[in-house]
Amino acid sequence: MVESLIPLLAILCPAFAAPLILLFGKHPNIREWWTIAAGLAMFSLIFLMIHTVLSGDVVDCVLFQTMFRDSLSGYLKIGFRVDAFGLIFALTSSSLWILVSFYSIGYMRSLREHAQTRYFFSFAFAIFGAIGVALSRNLVTMYIFYEILTVSTYPLVAHDQTPEAISGGRKYLAYLMTAGVFFLFGVIMVYVLTGTTDFTNGGIKALSALAPTHKLILTVCFFCFLLGFMKAAWMPFHSWLPTAMVAPTPVSALLHAVAVVKAGVFGIVRVVCYIYGVDLMNSLGLGLILACIAGFTMIVANLFAIAQDNLKRRLAYSTINQLSYIILGAALLTQDGVRGAMMHIPFHGYMKITLFLCAGAIMVASGKKNISEMAGIGRAMPVTMLAFSVGALGMCGIPPVVGFISKWYLCLGAYQSSLTYSPIMIVFLFTLLIASLLDVVYFFPIIHTAFFKEPEDKDEDGKEPKIKEAPIFMLVPLTITAIFSIIFFIAFILRAVGIFSPYMDILSLHIYDLVRIAVGNVFII
Amino acid sequence: MVVEHFPVLVVAVSLISAYTILVAGWLNRKSSCFISIATITFQLILALFILHHVLTWGTIHYPLGGWAPPWGIEYVVDALNAYVLVILLFASLLVAIYSWRSIQSELPAKKTVSFYVLFQLLVTGLCGITVTGDMFNLYVFLEISSLAAYALIAAAGGRALKASYNYVIMGSIGACFYLLGVGFLYAVTGSLNMADLMSLLPPLYGNRVVQAAFVFFVIGMSIKMALFPLHLWQPDAYTYAPSAVSAYIAATMSHISVYALIRVIFSVFTLDFVKAYIGMDLAICWVAAIGIIAGSVLAIAQNNFKRMLAYSSVSQIGYIVLGMGLAPATTWGFFGAVAHILNHTIMKGCLFLVAGAFIYKAGLRDIREFRGLGKRMPYTSAVFTIAALSMIGVPPTVGFATKLFLMVATLETYNYAFAGVLLLNSLLELVYFGRLIERIYLLHEEPESESELNGGTRDEKRIPYSMLIPMFIFAALCIIAGIFWLTNLATPLIEPLTDLCTGVMP
Repeated sequence: MVESLIPLLAILCPAFAAPLILLFGKHPNIREWWTIAAGLAMFSLIFLMIHTVLSGDVVDCVLFQTMFRDSLSGYLKIGFRVDAFGLIFALTSSSLWILVSFYSIGYMRSLREHAQTRYFFSFAFAIFGAIGVALSRNLVTMYIFYEILTVSTYPLVAHDQTPEAISGGRKYLAYLMTAGVFFLFGVIMVYVLTGTTDFTNGGIKALSALAPTHKLILTVCFFCFLLGFMKAAWMPFHSWLPTAMVAPTPVSALLHAVAVVKAGVFGIVRVVCYIYGVDLMNSLGLGLILACIAGFTMIVANLFAIAQDNLKRRLAYSTINQLSYIILGAALLTQDGVRGAMMHIPFHGYMKITLFLCAGAIMVASGKKNISEMAGIGRAMPVTMLAFSVGALGMCGIPPVVGFISKWYLCLGAYQSSLTYSPIMIVFLFTLLIASLLDVVYFFPIIHTAFFKEPEDKDEDGKEPKIKEAPIFMLVPLTITAIFSIIFFIAFILRAVGIFSPYMDILSLHIYDLVRIAVGNVFII
Repeated sequence: MVVEHFPVLVVAVSLISAYTILVAGWLNRKSSCFISIATITFQLILALFILHHVLTWGTIHYPLGGWAPPWGIEYVVDALNAYVLVILLFASLLVAIYSWRSIQSELPAKKTVSFYVLFQLLVTGLCGITVTGDMFNLYVFLEISSLAAYALIAAAGGRALKASYNYVIMGSIGACFYLLGVGFLYAVTGSLNMADLMSLLPPLYGNRVVQAAFVFFVIGMSIKMALFPLHLWQPDAYTYAPSAVSAYIAATMSHISVYALIRVIFSVFTLDFVKAYIGMDLAICWVAAIGIIAGSVLAIAQNNFKRMLAYSSVSQIGYIVLGMGLAPATTWGFFGAVAHILNHTIMKGCLFLVAGAFIYKAGLRDIREFRGLGKRMPYTSAVFTIAALSMIGVPPTVGFATKLFLMVATLETYNYAFAGVLLLNSLLELVYFGRLIERIYLLHEEPESESELNGGTRDEKRIPYSMLIPMFIFAALCIIAGIFWLTNLATPLIEPLTDLCTGVMP
């Protein structure tokens, strides 16, 4: 255990940037500079911690002790403890924040959006919450940041201030604050039952010791956690997510593909692996229930997605589906399943953000929101649509995009699960495959429409309306995320072959090593 | 030590100051506010010394006039009093600063002097209730503060008169109940001193008169603190009183009544009495739980901002009483109740000051008129948002601290129903504060006249700094105190409170 202030400093970057953003509201260039500076500073601080974590250590940072007694460490502490799994999420969020900040600048300025100061202010606070969730050392700390994340994203969702946006924001808040209530119940229940809420490798022992006598309460408590992590948008509690797509596209991109929803699945994996522990989950039979919820969501969300014509809504349903891959991975309770789930957090983040950024770029460049209007747009915006295709391939799990790797591990996990636990689990292997097939069904038509269909909306002269690529501020981030979606894949291959791997490891943010360590922590190898 | 004289000084200085204001205000109307502020600042400094002394050296006993305790009046200050006294005087100070300009705009100038005389008398009464260790003395101060409050509420005239009259009737009934309780106890024990009663009462716990006295105390103080369903006087009083007064009464006076009840239950009857009657603690909890939900539901139905806050107070007082009801089972309940006295003072004080600012600016009372206030009054709206988030209980604000303590208390004792009530209430609060935040920030203002459409500005008063700064301090405290409760810095307070809770003689 290495004691260090780095986690605190990293968290404070956006927290300090937020008031500065407010202060320089009248000078947009300086204001945006603070966002970028905070993003870069935070990312480099988090990157610094990789070294410690890779050596098998954790970075420990206690802010203060509370008055509550803790059965493990004297008093319950509020603070950060950076382990491999938390670092994966933190790296993903902080790296993507920088890219989305650039994109936001391009997007907000091209559309001349109102209330930009409020937008960047809330954005900084949202990332503050997300990183806090990633790095927190126990459930209480996690709850605090989780709520900050909920509250700070509300102004972003309702940003447009149209009646639609306001009702969307209201729904968002209603769902997620209700979720917070359940989460709090779960947190305090765990504290009361065990006297601790620290994330422990392999699960809290005092909790598994309760299994024979407190079966009901442990199950109820788990469902409270599950409801608490409604941010993971599992069905039937998903409908806030498509509604929240009224937000500006960069918000949908970062918050609804990365920070908010990932905080939800991150929480579920945390609770499954570090609070309950794999053995307890299995003995309570919760793995199967969770897997059923996830499997159901995967299939149904994909069927919904097929019916959507609005591109962002289709992506939203795709997100719901992909999040359930992660939940399923955790629910399989096997090494490969958890490995796949943990990998899918950053990988899905990169791929989905590419898709959202493309959707935003199309909207800014051409004003089109519906897929049916996008005929031939691939010829007008080749870079954007190529990036989109990369993301779409990744979603379907087709090499050479990285989505293939996490899905491969998930499938392995399902197979492993059927061998270790019960043969029924093999069903989830087929669920995974069918869901991937359905992914193809709704992503390929978009690519087809964009590249191979003749544009319909021609003028009387027969000329196509002039559509150009989006501004460079938007184009570069989406290209980078698309390239990284492929780099992660190449890094995996090169690791196996053993060439260039040190350089590729740095480029791929050491995610494979971190996942290896994290899985080792969960199963205590 | 000199600090041991401070409890009586706090009351005496305040009382003298009240009459000084009367005389000085005759000569110069403007001086009244400054004398009041200066006095309260002085009192606050005394209170801080007292708190420090109590936490380091232990309880202060001060026999008035040198008469030994069971016969003479005794002032007793332990950790709980000292803590409440500091909160009371701090809130008084902020409200006094705020009132200067707020009162100017809401009351005719000739009433300024009498306002501050009454205000200072109110402070005197509340301080007296806090420091005294004598049952009858407590009643005297209760009446001083109540009479001052009746007059202050009626100050605005018009509908406030009716509200005040209601309060007079209800408040007098409450005070009578209290007095009856004191009389009953005196009849069976022959003593009025709290510590003395505490030692005399245990053999008499089975006595009907003692039991009746207990019920009288509880009901009497419940009226005073507006616990549901005895809250009927309170919404009108808060709505029609001048803003500074409603802020003051909501933030301090109701909590002092709560304090008095805590004192009577824990220091006179002790928990042994409560535990002797199985189910009594649970009954208190249920009354509080119903009050929490009913207050919030009624608040949702209101369109007048101050009235909404009044009902929200009914609900929040329920939190404190719920904590008290859980006290026999777990110390976290009692601690949650005591912590919420501070927390609710901060939150409600802040919100009522904001309500006053809205009225000062444009006479806005109805929440339907709040559209687009975020642009017109950015600072006040920001303060409101922070206070509203605290009410909802978003971490790391004070509301979250209370919620955390009480949740631990309810779940430790496996009272899932009360945990559910607490959680449900935070959602209800989200409903009625969320809709306000939505109105203030998100709904666009409807242009009212041609001149505005043409970019003209209406001539609105700026909120003066003397009103803004108290609001800022409260808002900052919402977060600072919230973090303070999470840390272990409050531990020195816990131990004496736990002693009090378990009935150890101070």
